[in-house]
Amino acid sequence: MHPSMSTPSDPAAAPEPRGPRPDTAPPSDSVGVSGITKRFGTVQALGGVTLDFPGGQVTALMGENGAGKSTLLKILTGDHQPTEGHVLIGGAAADLASPARARAAGIRIIPQEPEIIPHVSVAENVYAGALPRTRGRFLDRAGLRRRITADLERLGFTGVLDPNLLGSRLTPAQRQLVEIMRALTGTTPPRLIAFDEPTSSLSEHEVEALFLLIRGLRDQGLAIVYVSHRMREIFRLADRIAVLRDGNLVGVQQARDTNERALVRLMVGRDLSTLFVRQNVATDRLVLDVRNVTTDKVTDISLRVHAGEVVGLAGLIGAGRSELALALAGDQPIRSGTVTLDGTPLPGGSPGKAIRAGLGLAPEERKAQALFLQRSVRDNISLAVMDRLRRFRFVRGSAERALAEHYTDRLRVRTPSIAHEVRTLSGGNQQKVVLARWLARKPAVLILDEPTRGIDVGAKAEIYQIIADLAKEGVALVVISSELPELLGLADRVVVMQGGRITGELSHAEASEEAILALAMADDSVAAAPGAAS
Amino acid sequence: MTVTSTSAPAVKPPQDGARTPRAAALLAGIGGQNISLVGALVVVLGLFAILNDNYLSLSNMQVIAEAATITGLLAVVQTVVIICGGLDISVGSQVGAASVVSAMVFTSTGSGTLAGMAAAIGVGVLIGILNGLVIVYGRVNPTIATLAGLAAYKGLAQLLSDGRAQGFVLGDDVFIFLGRGKLAGIPVMVWILAVVALTVHLLLKHTDIGRNLYAIGGNDTAARLAGININKYLVFVYALIGVVAAVAGILLTARTGSGQPTSGSEGLELKAITAAALGGCALKGGKGGIGGTLLAVALLGALENGLTVEGINTFWQNVAQGALLVVAVVIQQRRSGERAVGLPH
Repeated sequence: MHPSMSTPSDPAAAPEPRGPRPDTAPPSDSVGVSGITKRFGTVQALGGVTLDFPGGQVTALMGENGAGKSTLLKILTGDHQPTEGHVLIGGAAADLASPARARAAGIRIIPQEPEIIPHVSVAENVYAGALPRTRGRFLDRAGLRRRITADLERLGFTGVLDPNLLGSRLTPAQRQLVEIMRALTGTTPPRLIAFDEPTSSLSEHEVEALFLLIRGLRDQGLAIVYVSHRMREIFRLADRIAVLRDGNLVGVQQARDTNERALVRLMVGRDLSTLFVRQNVATDRLVLDVRNVTTDKVTDISLRVHAGEVVGLAGLIGAGRSELALALAGDQPIRSGTVTLDGTPLPGGSPGKAIRAGLGLAPEERKAQALFLQRSVRDNISLAVMDRLRRFRFVRGSAERALAEHYTDRLRVRTPSIAHEVRTLSGGNQQKVVLARWLARKPAVLILDEPTRGIDVGAKAEIYQIIADLAKEGVALVVISSELPELLGLADRVVVMQGGRITGELSHAEASEEAILALAMADDSVAAAPGAAS
Repeated sequence: MTVTSTSAPAVKPPQDGARTPRAAALLAGIGGQNISLVGALVVVLGLFAILNDNYLSLSNMQVIAEAATITGLLAVVQTVVIICGGLDISVGSQVGAASVVSAMVFTSTGSGTLAGMAAAIGVGVLIGILNGLVIVYGRVNPTIATLAGLAAYKGLAQLLSDGRAQGFVLGDDVFIFLGRGKLAGIPVMVWILAVVALTVHLLLKHTDIGRNLYAIGGNDTAARLAGININKYLVFVYALIGVVAAVAGILLTARTGSGQPTSGSEGLELKAITAAALGGCALKGGKGGIGGTLLAVALLGALENGLTVEGINTFWQNVAQGALLVVAVVIQQRRSGERAVGLPH
């Protein structure tokens, strides 16, 4: 669908008043996207998305992790350039070559994590990059004060936000207000404002205040894009709901014409892959026993994993799954609770101790957290087993080569040789190198965080086979994944987290995408009963 | 499905010259950076040989080698710390402190050669460990921490020596042997550099310690999650620098005959870092080796000597050294294809 007929106009020709306008007089031209495709290398993040964002309406953008919501927002705000297709403003293709262009065209985003400069005042934070100045390049302090006072007054934030406060002293809600003020001020009037998960760090009454503000902006005729995972918020706020799945737009509906169940079905409704090779090889031998573990990021986690069992850890981004994995691997301090491995307490404090005790972690970001891109495949594999490969302190070259050859063969790592630098390999083969490192270590417990992210289908199938083989060998496995079909296909049990807590557990038979999503999106008010934390 | 199907991904063709595997292996063994260094060295040697008949004589080669030894020692350990992502700009001051201590202890113990050397090495270890602790546990950026050390250790050497050369060691056979002796026609100092360089090379390339140092510099998060005790290694590396800087300080004492608080050691940190960077160390860590660094030390030594022999003002020599460093790093960054946005990493 194309944006409604409205007179095309060049955004650059918009009047440029100095200082804020008395009101956010929104232009009538609506914003939309037409046939947007975005590819990163071989991965397609968006496939031909056409959607309009009419003024005076809140359009909610929904979808699972990786469905393409963030990519779409980044294209709207000029952060990414579409591979194909256009952003339309008033029906005409707009060239949003940079965030500055998008901003000038009136497209503004309130990011999930506000970008605040810590050591300058709120006033300077709001107008960062376009500070008022006197002739010459001196900062016009009086002008800055007049401007912030006027803008605070106009937007009704006087008293809520002290313009002299330093950025570092703001509460999460105030930080967000700074971002909102940035969006609503500027030399060109705003026409579309996108909110990316705005409520994730707000208290309940702050959420109410935010909703009032958003409705006010909408009633002034601004187009609002609202990205959230929280169903209840969506239905309270949105006029229209657009659902993305695997980079495709799978439905746009009026909020009053749909319901939660129908949305979930739209979000997940894809064919279950036949790639999975789960064999029921779980045993009764308890290997990993986590009891009431609380860290700075997760609360009261209890989890048991048996030899040969694959436990899936589901949840949305920010649910605390990776943080739990890092805590178990010794990289984040455990404040209370116990972890035992094969009956003996797992030593905390450093990843080295956890590894020697028999726990391995293939972390979420393979390039940032696991691989040495400039080093060879061999060096990357052998790193965690150096203590078994050295004589005195010298590395036994032949043993190391044999080990690397063995695991690159077994995992079918496609590399010209084990001496090649890891950065030259494809994503799937890089991931296999990470797995090879842990297979070589032979841990009793292996935690795999997003083991198939960003890799092609063929490599995915091979990694599923490796996981199944490890289970057969009696390794206790925890697989963290945001791809629900993957968890359903692999896991003997799925544990669901939200907001740093476990909100439910589903057996293989009980687990379905709908059931997992329901637990993962359970309202915070239900999950976070006050007083539960110690 | 949105994923482009690559059910049978083809094996990536080996990029550069698998046609002649042996030549390729040889090239890979030497490394592109080193080949350009050898080229530059040949050009420099050739140029000065044309300008001056004596330049390539054995005696002048010995002069070059001896003059480059102390820089070489520091460049070798600078290479190690740069590989693991750090930097030490206090090495020159460490040499001065060690030189003063070695001579003063030698004198005060009544020609206690061993005592003088042991005391210098002890001071080196202490300074190195202090650097490491300040950086790792004080969370001070290595450049800032060792900048502080550059001033403080120089001050320490000046305080101890009252700012003057101290003691006289050239009545002692061991110091004379170290500073002036030759073995098989090669100066003892150069032998010492060779032994240190070879040891550090073996450490880097053939022990698990070396592997872990490259890992720490290449990706410290990944190194930590792979179970490497990063803190321990960093303190070890700074202690190693202290020891080698102390050896350099002892050699300085032996060369000049007395303990020198600043003369002969000031500015060595710049030469050492220049050599390491020229030799192919990536300043962000994880890359580099002793071979390249030694070639760069030879290049800088040959250049300096040639310019001196030709009677060119030392001020110009400084300009030449600075220009060479910038050019080398610019070439290195161009090769790695970094985008020119903001501060380089």
